[in-house]
Amino acid sequence: MIVAERKPLEAIVEMLKNDRKVLAVGCGTCVAVCFAGGKKEVEMLASSLRMTTRLKGEKLEVDETSVQRQCEVEYLEALDERVKDYDAIVSLGCGVGVQFLAERFPDKRIIPALDTKFMGGPTEAGVWEERCQGCGSCMLGETGGVCPISRCAKQLMNGPCGGSKHGHCEIDENIPCAWQLIWERMDKLGRIDELMEISSPKDWSTGRDGGPRRVVRDDLRLPEDEDI
Amino acid sequence: MTQTPEFEPQIVAFCCLHCAYAAADLAGGSRCGYPPSIKIIAVPCTGRVDSLHLVKALEDGADGVMVAGCLPGRCHFQTGNLYANQRVEHVRSLLKEIGLEADRVRMINVSAGMGVQFAERAKEMAETITALGPNPLRVRKAQVAPTDAAMEETN
Repeated sequence: MIVAERKPLEAIVEMLKNDRKVLAVGCGTCVAVCFAGGKKEVEMLASSLRMTTRLKGEKLEVDETSVQRQCEVEYLEALDERVKDYDAIVSLGCGVGVQFLAERFPDKRIIPALDTKFMGGPTEAGVWEERCQGCGSCMLGETGGVCPISRCAKQLMNGPCGGSKHGHCEIDENIPCAWQLIWERMDKLGRIDELMEISSPKDWSTGRDGGPRRVVRDDLRLPEDEDI
Repeated sequence: MTQTPEFEPQIVAFCCLHCAYAAADLAGGSRCGYPPSIKIIAVPCTGRVDSLHLVKALEDGADGVMVAGCLPGRCHFQTGNLYANQRVEHVRSLLKEIGLEADRVRMINVSAGMGVQFAERAKEMAETITALGPNPLRVRKAQVAPTDAAMEETN
């Protein structure tokens, strides 16, 4: 899932200082299950915004709604009529959701209420950790299912480095050393010999270095008019 | 904060049916009074009380909100009171962000046999809220819409 966290209330209020009537829109997918932008969080933010602005003697009307997924235009159609009444939309979606709202409603200001953190999951109640950086060429098959790109601070292809101490990373003792995990896991799988091969440098052209990315599936595209 | 002499706080108290609700009943039965400003809402467990319940109560004009659950380790559902305590702490920090006093929300822990202690905690809560004065959101609302204020006073 995409993990996000609410921005400080003050930062959101600052972005809304010229607005009088706004619609807070939640997203029922990733940010709902990490308790950042689901229905309940929208209600909480809307309530907090109403209260804090009323206390300052300002007038801000905040209404609330939620869609199943902000990153799919089909779910945004339902808002087409509704958004006309508002000065701005406060999105409790991830960065993708915010941008899809902006593309759907080009004449509305879209305010991000969340900071999008990473792709990851919960490791215990109330704790989320990063697991993927979307590098575009997955190497988990070679590293025992532990990702050195998202979990090693240096993104090493051959590790561990000298900063690995007692199984933890030198940057933070709460962060396990990814390469220690890789070695332990490969050992358990009886594949330690594979780690003796030196991995070549990663081809980053499939990652962000290649610019904004796109996936095209011809088998899923709608037929062209002339083919119908 | 300025307070009018006739100010009587309105405090919403979410009370667990297994302990605090019975304790409040015992307090009454034992002629051990607690302030009438405490408005009790029975819940099956304080674990049912969501952060939203606390915030909405304040948004709608309550001067204070109290969550009264079982003693730690004595929850009928094992950990409901511990979750409630975490939510109360979360809301207290949120109130600071909003600009309201954190002390408007408080958690207390009592057993069903602690009628006297319930009355004492309730009295302390009422004193705290009286010292803080009326919920400024209610005052603001009254200033913005005098008709609404008149309606509230009638209620």
